[in-house]
Amino acid sequence: MKKKNIRVLLAKPGLDGHDRGVKVVAKALRDAGMEVIYLGLYQTPEIIVEAAIQEDADVIGVSVLSGAHLSLFERIMHLLKDRGADMAVIGGGIIPDDDIPRLEKMGVKKLFLPGASVEEIATYVESICSGKEKV
Amino acid sequence: MNKEAHTDFSPAKREWEESLKGSGTSVGKILYTPEDVAELDYMKDLGFPGAYPYTRGIRANMYRGKVWTMRQFAGFGSAKESNERYKFLLANAQTGLSVAFDTPTIMGRDSDHPLSLGEVGRCGVAIDSIEDMERLFEGIPLDQISTSMTINAPAAILLALYVVVGERQGVSSEKLTGTIQNDILKEYHAQNTWIYPPEPSLRLITDILVFCSEHVPRWNTISISGYHIREAGATALQELAFTLADGFAYVEAGMAAGLDVDRFAPRLSFFFDSHSNFLEEIAKFRAARRIWARHMKEKYKAKDPRSLMLRFHTQTAGCSLTAQQPENNIVRTAFQGLAAVLGGTQSLHTNSMDEVLALPTEKAVEIALRTQQIIAEETGVAEVIDPLGGSYYVEHLTSQMEEGAEKYFARIEKLGGMLKAIEKGFFRREIERSAYDFQKELEDKKRILVGVNQYVDQHKVPVEILKVDPAIEEEQKKSLAAFKEKRDNVAVRDALAKLKKDAEGTANLMPRILDCVRKGATEGEICDTFRTVFGEFSERAMSGL
Repeated sequence: MKKKNIRVLLAKPGLDGHDRGVKVVAKALRDAGMEVIYLGLYQTPEIIVEAAIQEDADVIGVSVLSGAHLSLFERIMHLLKDRGADMAVIGGGIIPDDDIPRLEKMGVKKLFLPGASVEEIATYVESICSGKEKV
Repeated sequence: MNKEAHTDFSPAKREWEESLKGSGTSVGKILYTPEDVAELDYMKDLGFPGAYPYTRGIRANMYRGKVWTMRQFAGFGSAKESNERYKFLLANAQTGLSVAFDTPTIMGRDSDHPLSLGEVGRCGVAIDSIEDMERLFEGIPLDQISTSMTINAPAAILLALYVVVGERQGVSSEKLTGTIQNDILKEYHAQNTWIYPPEPSLRLITDILVFCSEHVPRWNTISISGYHIREAGATALQELAFTLADGFAYVEAGMAAGLDVDRFAPRLSFFFDSHSNFLEEIAKFRAARRIWARHMKEKYKAKDPRSLMLRFHTQTAGCSLTAQQPENNIVRTAFQGLAAVLGGTQSLHTNSMDEVLALPTEKAVEIALRTQQIIAEETGVAEVIDPLGGSYYVEHLTSQMEEGAEKYFARIEKLGGMLKAIEKGFFRREIERSAYDFQKELEDKKRILVGVNQYVDQHKVPVEILKVDPAIEEEQKKSLAAFKEKRDNVAVRDALAKLKKDAEGTANLMPRILDCVRKGATEGEICDTFRTVFGEFSERAMSGL
């Protein structure tokens, strides 16, 4: 079954310690049949990208509520490009509407902001992963 | 209650129950009567305000004697910006200061640390050195204002910085009033702003308890917090139980450090959330007072009445606010603020409507402050003490919450006590499960959030939000570099070396920290010194994650 093959790496970069949301997302995605690796708090972009590659993640989910999203996402996207990694990056947290176009331009696929449901996140991840066959 | 003097209501009750049949009203209890408080003993369970067990309030005259402190949490950018915001709030009749620090400061990093990139001044004010601290309080006399500082792992350093600012203003530490949050246990449960493992962290806390009992006697040494536990997803009962359990753990730590309980317990304070279920929150606050008083008297044998009084600050629930239709948040905050007042809080922060989106604008925080002033001046609830006391429902809920909390205390004890329970991941698992259940309830529409899963507005109205100028980060780094150049770096190195030695031993660390701060050591440098001695904590140390 395709669902069982979806591997999602979730992480919190920088110094933001608010992990209620990311942990709820982790559990929901597991309940939806995906394999979730939650790296935890206080990770660096370098560690996140390295882990995503090591873990052969299909999707990276980044959570930032501290206002430092522009610098952190920029570094993550830059490192992924450097390593030639093509996994999709999604995000969540507290991100002003004004910053969304900039993040999308960096290559972030979608942002799930306050009010988003875990159902729509799971559906979205499934939709971007369908068609990717695992050997 | 004299049963003979009252009309028997069982026939009427049966009639009422009959009338509900076929009406579709079923689940849960919807009416409370004298039967539900039959066991309640006024003197044993409620008492009078200002007297044991303090259920109705900790002062005999409550708000008739002193209105709660209106204390809005604030801070962003560099010390200069925050100083301006504090002056704005004080000019608008706020009665106490509350400092929000940025993530680097909270995590014990200077603004020029690689991990601080993009974070400086974003969530709070950046404080690296005594120079920043002096700037933060420029024009604010520390003998005339009380200041609460939301800081945990580095609390000893921020306290030292505040004391030295006082010194430089000519205010002795004996005159300083305020609070440091300094509640490391809830960091492991919920807020996550730890640096060191539990044992050395508790050592820092007991050093502060001892130091303040001698030198800063009007200071609240810990703000034992439920707010963050609740915001992480806990239920009202979990918030109540885990906070009080933390409180008892600090009492035991203080006593184990050789302090007589009455020497430090009067200066322990609390900090609760005020969430949306209005009556449950009021019951929670009342239960908290009663539980604390009973345990402090019966278990810890405290004699000073002030050791038995649970004093608390409240913040309205950030996690209840919505990004959609943000003006609705003004209403939520008003109800939550009212619940805190009806619950007898000593101090209150009301959230601004835009806080789901960003730090508050001046306009939004002004409305939040006016909300408190309207409660105080116009609603009349502050004219009478504990006006909901005696309500069948509220008394029933209060007792029920106390029973629930006692069950949790027994579970924690069974796990081997606070530190063992933390190690086993007990608190985090409980909170995570409640957080998940809450989300499921929202998505299944078992719980309604107006504007989010019901009464949704299709068109989005743009809201103006506070933006922190990214240039501030560069300016702060430049200012820090200049500061490091000016100071006597030999003296700083020497002071830090002496600090390290003391940290390796058992001496009280406060005098050394003060010395370091006076000589110009930065917050990050002091925290790093402790890192080399105490080690760094990782969430992986708590199993079950």
